[in-house]
Parts: sequence; C-alpha cells; structure tokens
Amino acid sequence: MATLELRNITYVYGKGAPYEIKALDDVSLTFEEGKIIGLIGHTGSGKSTLVQMLNGLIKPDSGKVLLDGKDIWEEPKKIRDVRFKVGLVMQYPEYQLFDETVWADIAFGPKNMGMSEDEIKKAVTDAAHFAGVREHHLGKSPFDLSGGQKRRAALAGVIAMGPKVLVLDEPAAGLDPGARRRILGRIKEYQKESHTTVIIVSHSMEDMAMYCDSVVVMNHGKVTMTGTPAEVFSRADELVAQGLDVPAITKVARALRKAGLDIGLDIYTVKFAVHRLLGGDGDEG
Amino acid sequence: MKADIAFGQYCEGSSFLHRLDPRWKIIFALLYIVALFLAKSIFAFALILVSIVLLVAVSGIRPRILLSGLRPLILIISFTAIINIFWLKGETLLVDFLFINIYLEGLINALLIILRVCVLVMGTSIILTYTTTPIALTDGIEQLLSPLAKIKVPVHEFSMMMTIALRFIPTLIEETDKIMSAQKARGSDFSQGSLVKRAKALIPILVPLFISAFRRAEDLATAMECRCYTGGKGRTRMNVLHSTWRDMVMLLCICAFFAGIILLNIYAPGYRFSM
Repeated sequence: MATLELRNITYVYGKGAPYEIKALDDVSLTFEEGKIIGLIGHTGSGKSTLVQMLNGLIKPDSGKVLLDGKDIWEEPKKIRDVRFKVGLVMQYPEYQLFDETVWADIAFGPKNMGMSEDEIKKAVTDAAHFAGVREHHLGKSPFDLSGGQKRRAALAGVIAMGPKVLVLDEPAAGLDPGARRRILGRIKEYQKESHTTVIIVSHSMEDMAMYCDSVVVMNHGKVTMTGTPAEVFSRADELVAQGLDVPAITKVARALRKAGLDIGLDIYTVKFAVHRLLGGDGDEG
Repeated sequence: MKADIAFGQYCEGSSFLHRLDPRWKIIFALLYIVALFLAKSIFAFALILVSIVLLVAVSGIRPRILLSGLRPLILIISFTAIINIFWLKGETLLVDFLFINIYLEGLINALLIILRVCVLVMGTSIILTYTTTPIALTDGIEQLLSPLAKIKVPVHEFSMMMTIALRFIPTLIEETDKIMSAQKARGSDFSQGSLVKRAKALIPILVPLFISAFRRAEDLATAMECRCYTGGKGRTRMNVLHSTWRDMVMLLCICAFFAGIILLNIYAPGYRFSM
C-alpha cells in the first residue's frame, strides 16, 4: 500500500499566452490508503490534469506530489518507477492497445519493468483474471475484441504492473450498462482482494455512490468538497450549483421529504433508501 | 508537445491583408518573390526593406511572432553569410590578417543576402500563411488550378485531400499526445537507450496512431457519403471568393514595387549585388 498526497498543486496551460487557463489552483489532497476514492467535477474542472499529475505525466508548476512521503519529482530520472507504482488507466484506454495478441499487450508494462519471464507470465494471468479478460481471448488480436473486452484488456495491461495505487480516468465512459457494471465490478473486486488504493474519475453519480468509499468534488481547478458519499450527496444544492448532479435516488428522497415523508437527505443508494423506508435507521444496512 | 508545433501559423485578424482574396494573394506572393530575386542595385534593396516594413505594419502581426518564424533560418543564413564574407574577393580590402582577407564587397553582399532571405520568408508568410487560413489557401489554389481540370487533372480531389489533411493535423497531434501518455504510463521510455531501442519504443505509438487514423478516415468517408458527396462536379460553394477593390489596390502596389525594382536596377545601379 502507498499513500499519495498532493500539496498546493498549481498548473497552468499555455503559460504566458492570451488563452492561458489555470487548470489546477492550489490543490491539496490526501488519498486514503486502501480505499476507493471518487473524483467528480464537470468537464474542464481539472480532473484529468490532476490525474496525470499523480504518476508524473505532467509536472506541476508549483507544489508537490508526495508518494509515501517522498516528492516524486525529487529525482526526475526515476519517474518511471513512480509510474509503475501509480498505475494510470487513461480515458478510452482501448486506443492504446497495439501488440499482436492481447497477452503480449498486457505483458508490455511488466516487460518494461524488467520482470523475468515467469513473473511476467504470472502477472499477465492474474491481471487478465482480475480484469475479466477471458482466457481464450488472450491469444487473439486485441483489435478483434468488442469495445468492452478491449477496455478490460487495457485495464489488465495496467493492473499487470502491480501498482500500489490504481488511477482510472472515466473507466466506464461510452460503455453500455452491462459492460459498465462488469468493469466497475471488476475494479471493486480487485480492490477488495489486493487492498490497492483506487482513484476513479467519473461523471456518473450513480457509479460514485455505488462503488466509492469517499468522494472528492472539483470545480474550476479547486477542490470544493470531500467526504463520504453520504456527506457529499446530502449537499445536493451545492453540487447542482457546480454543474453536477446527485444520484436519482437522492432526488427521490428529497422529493419524498418535500411531500412530507422524511427519510433523510443522506440517501444515495436504492438499497439504503429501501432500508430507511422500511423503518431502519443509522448507516447503510 | 502541442506548444512545440505551431502549424499553419495563421494569426487571427481583420487587416487589409487578411481581407484579400486568397487567389490574388497567391499571385501576389509569386510576384513578390520574383521581384526579390530581380533586385541587383543597392537602392532596389532599400526599396525591398521599405516594402517589408510596410507589409509588417499593414498586417498588424506582432513583430515578435514574425522574428520567431525566422529562427529556423539562422543556420542557413549564417552559413551563406560566412561564405560571402570570407571568400568573396573585391576591391576594398578591410582586413588582411594572415590568410584571412575580408573585402567590403563581401561584407555588403553578405548583408544583402541576409536581407533577401529574411524578407523572402517574412514577406511570403505575411501575405500567405499569417493572414490566410489554411482552408482559404487551399480554396485559392484549387480555383487557380481549375483550368487544369479541362485536361483531366483531378484538381478538386487534390484540394479536398489537402483540406482534409490540414484539418486533421491538430487532431493527430492531440491523439499522438494521448497515446504517448498512455504508453508512458506503462513504462515506455522514448529518451533512453540505443537508437534501435528508441525506434522500437515508437511501435507502441505508431500502431495505435495508424489504426485510429484509418478509423477516422473511414468515419469521415461514411459521413461524407451520407451527405451525398460525389466529388467536385456541379458542386457550389458556401464561401464564394470575390475580388474586391482591395485586391486591385494591392495589385497596383505590387506592380509598382515590381516596376520600382527594375527601374532602380537600370537607372540607379549603385553597388551591384553579385551572385
């Protein structure tokens, strides 16, 4: 396990040019170990920039990224080691597949790490299993797979490196509901077994409510809220003001309250809503 | 990476030059180049200097941008200048040190060459690339070449290909950027190792890039066919090019410039450039 911390990160695109944009503005965050953390914010709020900072793809203009208490930019030559520890699955990762077989593609990361043949074999098999890539697909060309299968193969390519922190930028974007549930389910299961810290960027409030232990909200390059899903989603008005939304069931709970049936504002899953409606109270049952 | 490639270099604006008809602009640029190479007399070069100052002033483009456009030329300019300074023989000896002889003529020649090359690049890019969008430029080329269609040269197809290529350059750059980041995240290293190793490191970038380029091409073809694109025949334009009084004024100026160079060459030879 590893702790990842951001300290006063600032980053500006197109510095000095007339179209200069402040993507991140004095962001400080600590990602809890062994949890699934959701990162939400509308388009252009700085999520993707932040995510690329975590593994050193982008260097902050000012501020520090600390991995296990050590500044990742202390020795710029060793930035590759950071990338092996903080695995990043970018948006639409299926477009990065390139090798002749799915197996070889998943093995690309481990090979770059300098693992031995046996280690690579184990890493690929395990990663394929975790990501839900079927065994008979491993020998196929990645370009013969369906969209969802490709996505999972790309996910396996990052998991195979055995990262201590797994960062996913919109892992379910553009997938149908079935593929969506499968990939997110796989990530959750992987997290449970490996106790990796997982950071997910998403637009879907439902997904965040279902899978995350804590949520970070961003707006205009700043962190505006952090907390458990219950804490964050109970502040529905603020979320809406930032161009975001709350899960549908939270809206139902608010409508019920208006109509005279108060089951609380911290409702964010259907299961929990049913639990409260049936007279239970306290936290999620 | 995006910042490194300033492609096309079109500078938004609404100056006199921006509003010229691209067809005329191509002709103006050609005339301007020919005039530059006709200049022999030192007074003709003075006129060239005046013309470029006027062009810069009229275009309204910041000189800093124009000067940075000259940066790639530094090597070739200094090379030709040095050759001229040290090897050209003349009448007035300036420096005579061991085997190094520098003549006044060589020095002047070098200066004139620098002036000519700089003005050539600056002038044509002010008339064309800085003040014309790439799309308008290809439109202009297409129409200038359209007489060739009579002898079965597929002019429209060529210009369509050019337009599409130009349109997709920024997209492909962005795509390359993304794929590079993704492979870097998996430990790709493009800056270390032997040449073979570095070339091999490009495969994980080129394969996805080609695949996505083909995918985009296919999508675009489908989209064009859905809108009944069948090539240039019988096709009308949304933006019809018109010549205006501005083009005529510019034409007059360029012709006057052209005539001025020739007249100065004949009647005011002064120092004559030799090359």
